[in-house]
Amino acid sequence: MSRQMTGADIVIQALKDQGVDTVFGYPGGAVLPIYDAIFQQNDIRHILVRHEQGATHAAEGYARSTGKPGVVLVTSGPGATNAVTGMTDALMDSIPMIVLSGQVPSFMIGSDAFQEADTVGITRPCTKHNWLVKDTDKLASTIHEAFHVATSGRPGPVLVDIPKDIQFAKGKYVGPKKADLGHYKPQVKGDIEAITALVELIEKAEKPLFYTGGGVINSGKGASQLLRELVKGTNFPITSTLMGLGAYPASGDNWLGMLGMHGTYEANLATHGCDLLVCVGARFDDRITGRLDAFSPNSKKAHIDIDPSSINKVIHVDVPIIGDIGHVLEDLLKIWKSRGRKTKAAEIKKWHAQIDEWRAVECLSYKNSDTVIKPQYALQRLEALTKGMDRYITTEVGQHQMWAAQYLGFEEPNRWMTSGGLGTMGYGLPASVGAQIAHPDSLVINVAGDASWLMNMQEMGTAVQYRAPVKQMILNNERLGMVRQWQELLHGERYSHTWSEALPDFVKLAEAFGGKGIRCSDPADLDDAIMEMINYDGPVIFDCLVEKHENCFPMIPSGKAHNEMLMGEADTQNAIDDSGAVLV
Amino acid sequence: MNAVKLKKGASSHSAYDLKSFLGDVEETHTLAVLVDNEAGVLARVIGLFSGRGYNIESLTVAEVDHEGSRSRITIVTTGTPSIIVQIKAQLARMVPVYAVNDLTVEGPSVERELALLKVTGTGEKRVEALRTAEIFRARVVDSTLESFVFELTGTPEKIDAFADMMRPLGLHDVARTGVAAIARGT
Repeated sequence: MSRQMTGADIVIQALKDQGVDTVFGYPGGAVLPIYDAIFQQNDIRHILVRHEQGATHAAEGYARSTGKPGVVLVTSGPGATNAVTGMTDALMDSIPMIVLSGQVPSFMIGSDAFQEADTVGITRPCTKHNWLVKDTDKLASTIHEAFHVATSGRPGPVLVDIPKDIQFAKGKYVGPKKADLGHYKPQVKGDIEAITALVELIEKAEKPLFYTGGGVINSGKGASQLLRELVKGTNFPITSTLMGLGAYPASGDNWLGMLGMHGTYEANLATHGCDLLVCVGARFDDRITGRLDAFSPNSKKAHIDIDPSSINKVIHVDVPIIGDIGHVLEDLLKIWKSRGRKTKAAEIKKWHAQIDEWRAVECLSYKNSDTVIKPQYALQRLEALTKGMDRYITTEVGQHQMWAAQYLGFEEPNRWMTSGGLGTMGYGLPASVGAQIAHPDSLVINVAGDASWLMNMQEMGTAVQYRAPVKQMILNNERLGMVRQWQELLHGERYSHTWSEALPDFVKLAEAFGGKGIRCSDPADLDDAIMEMINYDGPVIFDCLVEKHENCFPMIPSGKAHNEMLMGEADTQNAIDDSGAVLV
Repeated sequence: MNAVKLKKGASSHSAYDLKSFLGDVEETHTLAVLVDNEAGVLARVIGLFSGRGYNIESLTVAEVDHEGSRSRITIVTTGTPSIIVQIKAQLARMVPVYAVNDLTVEGPSVERELALLKVTGTGEKRVEALRTAEIFRARVVDSTLESFVFELTGTPEKIDAFADMMRPLGLHDVARTGVAAIARGT
């Protein structure tokens, strides 16, 4: 049954039929018809952000915390170009997102019209796919295809560019079931022979390690359950990338903490020393591998990934398995069980004993202070005071992000939203708003740095408008802390432009936005300040004044291997040579 | 590892000897990519190559199935074996791509390119140009008292050789289509 309706109504109907309840957007000339259609309905809630970049990160926070795609609506020209950073972020971190952008009327395209930009041209490299709709009759099926592409296979952002005349014109509507979704159909079932080969490796391994990533979380809650079952059954130790935190619980017996540049000593030495490395939904990012030719040198490697182009991209693997993590783990468990649930239990026990020795180094210990708040201490207290709460954490990018990954424990997937691949400062505040909109009764905290937080601080207005009681915990060191750390280690302590001069008064800023401001600089008052933040019913900026020169450890310096970690300040002299300095 | 039939490019070695196994030597491969004939599809493919730093030696594109709205892009590219594998995977995961075939490894194939060459001159050089064209089986498709336009079909190497021969005889202009390629047999 096809119905005639305007393009703008088709957009709304298609979103409803896709189960969309929330859209993050900002109006403008080229999307006025769609905003008019939004005005005349109540099924879809529109969240008015303060900047289009905020809309994209809010949609990412929504998507990451719900498992559903995030939807963004922006106008032509600057509306679309402002969304580019968020789309690139979502592409790097495989977050499903549908961006609908207005475009100048189709008969004006190419004339340098007001607020015209070549949006599909600009966003081609930062989307999984994009479309310019030139015919209202094709609008509905294009939107349905956009949802299909964004959410299937390796998820990612897509963009549908809709000229204004297409929004006004009438066309026929088709529902998701009748729509032509194209031929995009990624493989979800893994090759059974390859899975069997991995089972054989699992049976023989004496020093095995699971290295898991965001793919487990993208695959859905079932995949995390299967992973937990597999870890429990095999008793293999497990580490995870930044993106994968929460797939296996931080309180689990086999948990080693995060691996990589700022990963734990035990996770990195286990990676270096293992004889079987099973990569589950991660992609051997340079933050993980360090020096490539010294990465996990003595291990057989298996890689489960839904994206064939991730296989052998940087690290060569012995057993590649292309498929959805949930499907592959299900088959893997089935085959492993059917062959008698074999592992080399005695050797694995020895391996755990070795790991326990590494763990005993207590790589995350730091020198606390009773006069100044150490950022690590602030996060340890946050963890202690919010443990067991219905809690979602977002972060900005920098030292605070790494400390949050190190000191906060995640028991469930979808509870941790951070910008991993792109490293987008300004991600955390809008992402916290998006997560809070999706989970209005939960505790949503953005662990932030002062510099990152300012990059999208306008979204405090969004939080206040929609009564989203997000907690902005700013670990304020009046520095671009991570850049400062690199300048200390790499550039002779010449701190070029990494001092946040002229910071605003965050307490007054909170009040100016209509939220609550809290400041704390004394470790003795920290717990009270955190509790005040948590208990306040509304958006809070907590200006947590921390030690200004603290560095983030452990650290694998650029160009070094996992067994060449810096454990603290004493290790940092001449730690990075010239060849390492060119790396980021 | 015997249980799994490893595809070409995969190895049973670890990362340590990745390079020695796959080799550092650059190879030239001809890829046939079947795509939806939709706006921007060529820009997508070219953007992939420029964005990820891959080489394009030659690229041709034309619609090959009007009813199915499909185009065939033939790309000649160079890279180390691991880069070639990566190029194919990156192409294959693009939404408008139906199939990627590596004609260089998938069995014998035919490669042809068409070139138009304008040669100007008079006297002995003009005669020599015509004589050489006959040897190469180039056709004269335009002629004036002082110029020829030759049409030549063949492998890129043959066209290179012909152009080299024509250069001292007054080669004025060359237009080449780039390579079209197809697998031999059924």
